[in-house]
Formats: sequence, structure tokens, C-alpha cells
Amino acid sequence: MNTLAEPTDFAFDEAAEADVLVAIARYPAGKQASAVMPLLEIAQRQMKRVTGSAWLPRLAMDVVAKRLGMAPVRVYEMATFYLMYNLQPVGKYHLQLCTTTPCWLRGSDDVVAACKKITGIHGFGETSADGMFTMTEVECLGACVNAPILQINDDYYEDLDGARTEALLETLKSGGALPAPGSTVGRHASEPEGGRSVLLATTSTGE
Amino acid sequence: MAKLTIDGIEVEVPNGSTVIQAAEAAGVEIPRFCYHERLSVAGNCRMCLVEIEKMPPKPVASCGMPVSEGMVVHTDSEMVRRGRRGVMEFLLINHPLDCPICDQGGECDLQDEAVGYGRDHSRYDENKRAVGNKDWGPIVKTVMTRCIHCTRCIRFSAEIAGVPELGAVYRGESMEVGTYVDKPLSSELSGNLIDLCPVGALTAKPYAFTARTWELRKTDSIDVLDALGANIRVDARGAEVLRILPRRNDEVNEEWLGDKSRFSVDGLKRRRLDKPWIRKSGKLQPASWEEAFAAIADRLKGMPGERIGAIAGDLCDAESMLALKDMMSALGSANIDCRQDGAALDASRREFYLFNTTIAGIEEADALLIIGANPRRESPVLNARIRKRWVAGGFPVALIGEHADLTYDFEHIGNGPAALQSLADGSHGFAEALKSAKNPMIIIGQGALARPDGAAMLAAAWALAVQFGMLNADWHGFNVLHTAASRVAALDLGFVPGAGGKDIAAMLGGGVDALWLLGADEFDTAKIGAETFVIYQGHHGDAGASRADVILPGAAYTEKPGTYTNMEGRVQQGFMAVSPPGDAREDWRILRAISAYIGHALPYDNFVELRARLAQVNPVFAAVEQVRRLAGTDASGPVAQGAPGDAALVSAVQNYYQTDPISRASPTMAACVAAHYTVVAEAAE
Repeated sequence: MNTLAEPTDFAFDEAAEADVLVAIARYPAGKQASAVMPLLEIAQRQMKRVTGSAWLPRLAMDVVAKRLGMAPVRVYEMATFYLMYNLQPVGKYHLQLCTTTPCWLRGSDDVVAACKKITGIHGFGETSADGMFTMTEVECLGACVNAPILQINDDYYEDLDGARTEALLETLKSGGALPAPGSTVGRHASEPEGGRSVLLATTSTGE
Repeated sequence: MAKLTIDGIEVEVPNGSTVIQAAEAAGVEIPRFCYHERLSVAGNCRMCLVEIEKMPPKPVASCGMPVSEGMVVHTDSEMVRRGRRGVMEFLLINHPLDCPICDQGGECDLQDEAVGYGRDHSRYDENKRAVGNKDWGPIVKTVMTRCIHCTRCIRFSAEIAGVPELGAVYRGESMEVGTYVDKPLSSELSGNLIDLCPVGALTAKPYAFTARTWELRKTDSIDVLDALGANIRVDARGAEVLRILPRRNDEVNEEWLGDKSRFSVDGLKRRRLDKPWIRKSGKLQPASWEEAFAAIADRLKGMPGERIGAIAGDLCDAESMLALKDMMSALGSANIDCRQDGAALDASRREFYLFNTTIAGIEEADALLIIGANPRRESPVLNARIRKRWVAGGFPVALIGEHADLTYDFEHIGNGPAALQSLADGSHGFAEALKSAKNPMIIIGQGALARPDGAAMLAAAWALAVQFGMLNADWHGFNVLHTAASRVAALDLGFVPGAGGKDIAAMLGGGVDALWLLGADEFDTAKIGAETFVIYQGHHGDAGASRADVILPGAAYTEKPGTYTNMEGRVQQGFMAVSPPGDAREDWRILRAISAYIGHALPYDNFVELRARLAQVNPVFAAVEQVRRLAGTDASGPVAQGAPGDAALVSAVQNYYQTDPISRASPTMAACVAAHYTVVAEAAE
């Protein structure tokens, strides 16, 4: 099955429909157009669930427009403005690489190179030949303390270097599941490397 | 009201006005690209910066700044000039320097303002951005690299035209104005985007690379391609009309114009009748005026008046119709008719056939019932006025007839006349809306009148108007939506069968021996009796001319001065922009000449005398440019003949782009039909 083809029809399935109702109910009657962003996300997640590729075909945008009583172009404006809506099919693993200054200082170039090497992709915006990976360059992901960051689908993988990136992608390429997200060097949350160094005494409130 | 000072000039403007409006009132011009008085305020071009005292010390965008009492505004201070220069520099960063090949050159807001606020060179050394052009159909040409993102086109299509197809897609440096999906704009008002665009991003495709504005001779005229009577400016170079633009008239067309009225202009050069023709042994042969007149005089000699008939077409000026009517009565004929479509229009009282509410009056109405009309196709600018009222809120609309996208919401009561009954007896819910409205109005279209039960439909609509209190001393809610520009003037002149005269149906099928068609093409010419001698006087080789025995080449509306009365009864005069082609002549002159030739010389020798005669026949023609809403004090209605049938109502205009000889000759209109009606055509086959 070619999962990247433009679908011929789109309708919210049962699981999505439940989310749609919740999203619309958040806004007062007559203001349901406010639910456009959640609905687009629900549509994109449904595409991921059904076809394996998280993207928004135009048909899905038209369905959202109709559902919310909006002109279709108002939905296109929305979907094209935000980078997290994918207007083209993406691979099973959407690699979103941060190359903004903190990540770049901490070696994001190595991460980019590792991604290219393993996936065979030549540049940002491309999808690998096997349809597994799509590489996108993104601006700051807001996790600079654990730079450099690679976001795969919904999860952050932090503290990467070239070798660990290669290992991570090799696992995925050979059919392995996504490992637990977070730091790849065992860092807890955004504590210093090597563990906590201050506030070590437990307080009366517990930790 | 708030009093404020702008550049030392004191003005008083209503509360809630903006500073730019106050400046307008004070006569101070503020440059602007995105602000437009008929559109919502966007505030994104930043060109209208002004300095306001006692505000934070920075320039303020005057289009979005509400006035307040005692404000002191400077529109030309050093801070303002520096601010505008900065804005201009940023606008020009990505704007190409292609003015010499840009059609907007000479009438470009950006070009004009760059003279005042532009630098002589750019400090920007990076690459300019380039944007791919869009295909928006046969009317609007796009050069999107020139776009400065003022969003006027987006706001116009969403707010005025009611066809929200344009948007700003992508963002930041990549932002583009477009439809996202490739398709032609489906609005009948898309030509107005060209006027609104302050730069050369949107220009007229049919007019591309044709002329510069300063080469054109500009003549005021009146549009005749629908019955609204839109005020237009005809731009011509030499003997050729190159384009037509709307003129501002807040009571008629505001500043809009339909695409047909604007772009049928290339039809004025094609299929023209530029010399007289005479049918000899079944074939039309070119002839001289003398020969044509002789052929007509020969046939009319000795023919009794009641065997001669005349039909006036949809594009005629009042003067030529009056000359024809006078000639017919001199010949002893009462067989005259202007209702080519057979519409059951009652000429006995003016309010039976006028758009009585008046066009601007729509904005005072608070409920609307449309019967057998599609205003969007029959008069798109009028439809924009209805939409304007609808957008303001509190305006329930209902439709009886063919369902269509009218650009506003309406309740569809039914397809046939039975729906009228459900309103009359109150069984339909909309009756309540009409009853509770203070100024309700009815619009009845030609689709409801041009059918066998048309008279009954007219009477039924009038009865509804009376029943729901639409007629009173200061409101008149009964409206006929016309599709023919000449119709109201013709009815005012009494261009309908006189005592014992035949109407169009009786004249066809051999009812007369000689038939004079004054630009009449909109009826089935095959129904003319085989033995009937047909004289066609007009400007295009269309249906009437192909059936004619003698063709007299007349002038199109751009080629003659003329008086036209629009559907609300407003008498307007157009001027002559160019001369008629070849041997063609102004229509009243042809009629004056032939009348003398056949021994019934008309009693006027020049246009002034003819206009005096016009006012003598009906004093309304003396009150040019004036329209006064008739008081609905006489509730007695038109004579009903029988009861409405049960056939479904359809709009009189199925194909907006081709309704008359001019638009049928226009390649641009043909392209519009191909772009917009393919689906319809396939479905019909």
C-alpha cells in the first residue's frame, strides 16, 4: 500500500469524532471556528493512525472547513501558517531537527549529518526512499538546556551526538520501536550532567 | 461628535471615526495602501502614519486610530515623513523595479507615493523574493512578485463579493496571497480587485500591455449590460474603446462594476454592423444608405399602419426609442413593444415596474423576499448591496424560485408559485418575519414575469406587498428587478402596444407585414412570420440581423450620447466616447433620416430638440440624476389575469456572462463562460 498517496476521500472516524466533539464544545455556540486548530490536529493524527503518515491532505482541510462553517481558504490560511501541520505526506518517523544557535553550538551539525547518513536523505524537507523518514529543519524547540534536540514524531530525544543519533535511527530503521524519550545520556529532566549538585538535603516537605 | 485639529484645520467628525477619515473630512490627504473606506480596517501597510500630540512619542497608523475630543494631529511632521520613508523602503525591498513593463504604471499608488517617500537607491543587498503567478481565470492577471500584502483583495472577496476564496497562505517571508487551490475566482465582481489593488499585482488580463493611462480619452457614460445603470468611465484611444471602469456613485453602484459590464468591451470591436445590408435573393448583400432607405420605403409604401410593427431591444437609449415610437405613430401603427421576453410588465402605473425601494434604499429595509430572481446573476452589483445590508445584520431573506448561491443566507420557501400562497395565508414561518418587519421589501424578477402566468404573478406579488404593509407614505417595498437597461425608459415612454395595437407575441408569426427591430435580439427570431419584412437597426450581427431583410448599422452605447433609466427610475445620461464604425450612425439620426425619406419627417432636427421632446412625452426625463422614492399610498394593484400556475420559477439569466449582442461577441466573456460554466454545461447535456 502506498501510504503517501493523496486520499480520495476523508471523514473523521469514530475515535476522531469523539475528540472533535470535545474540541468544538470548548467554544461558545457561533464561535465554533475557534476549534479549527484542534480539528486540524485531530485530522492529522487520524491520518497518522490510518495511513501511517501524519499529514493534512486538502480534503481533510475541506472537511474541517465544512464542519466549522468556514470558507475553505480560511482553513488553508491556518494550516499553511503553522509548521506543525504537514501539508505533504511525511515518513513514518518525522525527524524534526533543531539547528538554532544553542543546539548548533552543542553539535546539531553532527546530528544532521548522522540523520543524512542513516536515512539517505540529502536535505531538509525530503523523505527517504523507503518512506520511513522525513527530515525537517525546525526553529528552537524550547529545550536548549539539553541541546542538541531531535524531535521524532511527538517526542524529544535530547543530549544527542552523532554516534547516539546513528544508533537511535538504526534501531528505528531495522524495525525497532521508539525508545523512551528524553535525554540519551541518562540525564534526569534538565538537571546538570552527572546528577544534582545543589539542594541535596531533603526538606521537611519531602524531596 | 468629536472635534479635533488636523494640520491646524479644525474638523468635527462622528465618534468612532478614525483619524484617516477625519483627515479626509479636513481635506488632508494621507497616503495609504491597505486602507479602503468600504473595507474593514487591516492596518498592515503602515503607510498612513501620523503624529498625534500628547500620545506616546511614536508615529500612529491613522487608519486604525479612533478619534477623540481635542486630538491634535500632524500629518506632515518630520517624524511622520521619516516614518513613511522607512515604510516605503521596506515595501520596496521585495517590490520589483519593473514599472516600465507594469500595466499599473501611471495609475499606481505605490509609484505615486514612492515619488514622495522613496529613496533614490536601495540599501538592500540581498536577493529579492519572487512569487509564482497564480491563475485566477480570464479576468484577473496576477504578477504576485509585485504584491505588497495589503490584503485589500482578500477583504473585498470576503466582505463585499461574499465569495471568500482568497487568503494569505504560508507566512512571513513566504506569505502569498492566493486561493491555495488553483481555480478561477468565481465572483461576478472580480474585476473590482483590479481597481482595488494599489500596485500592479492584479491587473486586467484582457487589457494587458494595451495602453498607458495617459494615452486614454476618458468619457463618462452609463452601463447598459444590466439594468442597474452603473456609472462608468469609457477609456478610449483613437477610435477604439480600450477599457471600461466604474465611476463612483454611492446611490447606484458605489464604486463597483460587474465583470460583464467591465470586460465585454472587446465585444464592441467584433461582429459589428458597419454598413447597411439588403437581402437579395435570400442573401444579405452590402448596400449604401440610399439603397437601404429605398428598399424600406419601397416595402412600406401603401402598407397599412396596423400591418407594421416595432420591437425595441434591451440596450437602446431612450432617444432612439422615442424616435422609433414617433415614427410608428406617424405611420399609423400602435404595434410597438419593448418587452422582448414577453414579461407581463404593467406600464399603467410607474410603481408597477420600478425598483421602488431604490438601490440605496435596500440599506433601510429589514426583511426581503425574492421571487423568481437570482440577483447575483441578474445584477451582481445590486446583489452586493443586498449582501451589504445582510452583513449589517437583522435582515432575514427568503427566496421563492431556483435555489442558488446568492452570497448571503436565505430561507428557501419553495420553487413554484404555491410558495406565495403559503406566505399569504401565513402558513410559512417567513410570513411572521415579514409581518414584524418595519420596512419589508419584495423583489420580483423577470423570471417570474416572463411566463404565461406573469400577470398573475405580478398581481400576487403586489398583493403580498399590500398584505405585509410594504406600501406606505414613506416606504415602498415593491420592486421589479429588471435585466434590460432600456426597459424602464421604454415603459416610461409608453413603448407598449397602443389602443388596438399588437404586442410582441401577436406581431410574430405573421401578425405584421413589416417589423422594425431596434437592437432586438433577445427573442426567438425564428418565430417571425416567413413573409414578414424585417428591418434590423442595431450594432451587432446577432440573432436579429441574421433574420433581417434590411440592416441599418447603428451605434453601440459607447458611440452615442444617450439617456438611460435604470431599474429604480433614475434618468442618467451617457456621452459619446468614440464614433460608430464605418457607415454606422447614431440611431436617432437614422430614424430621423428614414422618417423624412418615407414622408413622415420627425419634428426634431437635433439632439437638443429630441431631448426636449423626451421631457415632453414624460416629465421624468427632465429630472436627470434624480430619483425620489414613490409613496406607496395607492394600494390598488395591477390587473390580475387568472391565477399563478404551478411551474417552477427560474431566473431570467442563466448565463451571466452572455446576455446581449455585445457580451456574446466578446472573447473575454466566452472565456469566462468556459471557465465558470463548464460544470453546468456538462450537467445539461
